Amino acid sequence: MTLDFSVVTDAWQSLLFGTLGTLFLAFSGMIIAMVIGIAGVVILRMQMWLPSLLVTAFVEVVRNTPFLVQIFFVFFALPLAGIRLNPTMTAVIALGVNGGAYAIEIIRGGVESIPKGQTEAGLALGLHKHEVFRLIVLTPALRAIYPSLSSQFILLTLTTAICTSISAYELTSVGQRIEAETFRSFEVYFTLTGIYLVISLVTMWCLAAIGRWAFSYPQR
Amino acid sequence: MGIQEFTYLLQGLAWTLFLTAIGFAGGIFFGLVVALMRVSPSAWLRVPAICWIGLFQGTPLLMQLFVAYFGLPLIGFDLPAWGAVSVALTAHASAFLGEIWRGAIQAVPKGQSEAAQALGLHGVSRMFDVVLPQAFKLSLPATVGFLVQLLKGTSLAAIVGFIELARAGTIVSNQIYRPLLVFGVVGAMYFAMCWPLSLWGRTLERRMAAGQAK
Repeated sequence: MTLDFSVVTDAWQSLLFGTLGTLFLAFSGMIIAMVIGIAGVVILRMQMWLPSLLVTAFVEVVRNTPFLVQIFFVFFALPLAGIRLNPTMTAVIALGVNGGAYAIEIIRGGVESIPKGQTEAGLALGLHKHEVFRLIVLTPALRAIYPSLSSQFILLTLTTAICTSISAYELTSVGQRIEAETFRSFEVYFTLTGIYLVISLVTMWCLAAIGRWAFSYPQR
Repeated sequence: MGIQEFTYLLQGLAWTLFLTAIGFAGGIFFGLVVALMRVSPSAWLRVPAICWIGLFQGTPLLMQLFVAYFGLPLIGFDLPAWGAVSVALTAHASAFLGEIWRGAIQAVPKGQSEAAQALGLHGVSRMFDVVLPQAFKLSLPATVGFLVQLLKGTSLAAIVGFIELARAGTIVSNQIYRPLLVFGVVGAMYFAMCWPLSLWGRTLERRMAAGQAK
């Protein structure tokens, strides 16, 4: 058995674009996830039973079912709801919804870590409820949860590989196309694994650098 | 969806449970090896464990399944599909459980192993009789959490072509053209397996937090 990696090196351009596709999916998914996450926590903090129950049910259902089933569900549900999107945008939505549920849990944990006395002090100083949330709760909470959010982002990046199942444009589906043309399955997936490893190591390094830069203001 | 399709899904569910059980059992054994190597004072053991953990935590499970599925035959292991998938899931679980237990072992207060040393226990006994039982208790919530991850992860075997619950769902959905119903039912089945585990994990976590607050 001889290995032939030339089929992979010949296709370096498609792999590069596939990598960009993967990064696009991860970034846009994370942005939607953060929006859902913050909105979910705001709803939870209103402490009305029905909205809270719905948010909690959403979090539990998403966290306890596989992403593969979720993406198929979204893929077939969106057209029925009258929303026609290409597979890549469908994947972005599925990733955002999935990441959103995890983001709610993470952000809620961070918000709960802010002592109640601080919000009360903010209100006593005459700040508006929204200002208290934005300045006193959200900003320090973000610093507290930044490490968990970073690893969630890495997880989301790795999850994008599953989007190949609805043929979204990303690294794995590019790889599967090369595999279908060349039948060099092992070489293709071995290379893809290496690329994913580089992506997550570089992302991890960048996120750590951003964390040091953005949250370097003094603790007290 | 008739009774026939439902039975087909249940068969897939049995395979999902089977894959999870193999992956978890293998992961417990090899994960313990990885964890012990990871906390070893010798760099010759520690560095390979760090690389092993980084490799599996830094790449998608789907790629790990593909590489095992296509790579194992190349090095002379002609396994059936479920065998290759099990090898990949076991390796995946060993890395994640190894990292979880590394944290737990290091979270056991250092005084414990020092006291054991002062009492004259040798290294193996110190680890297995003093540190590991306490670490096991500390790691339980995270371990249960990973079990849920693994159960959900077995669904990726569907993309390699292995017929477990998710794949059975795709097949049934293609037969009866009711994708939302089928994936709804499949999702509900996964939820019915994962949710009780998640709740149990959270109870353990809360009990532990309460114990530490005392």
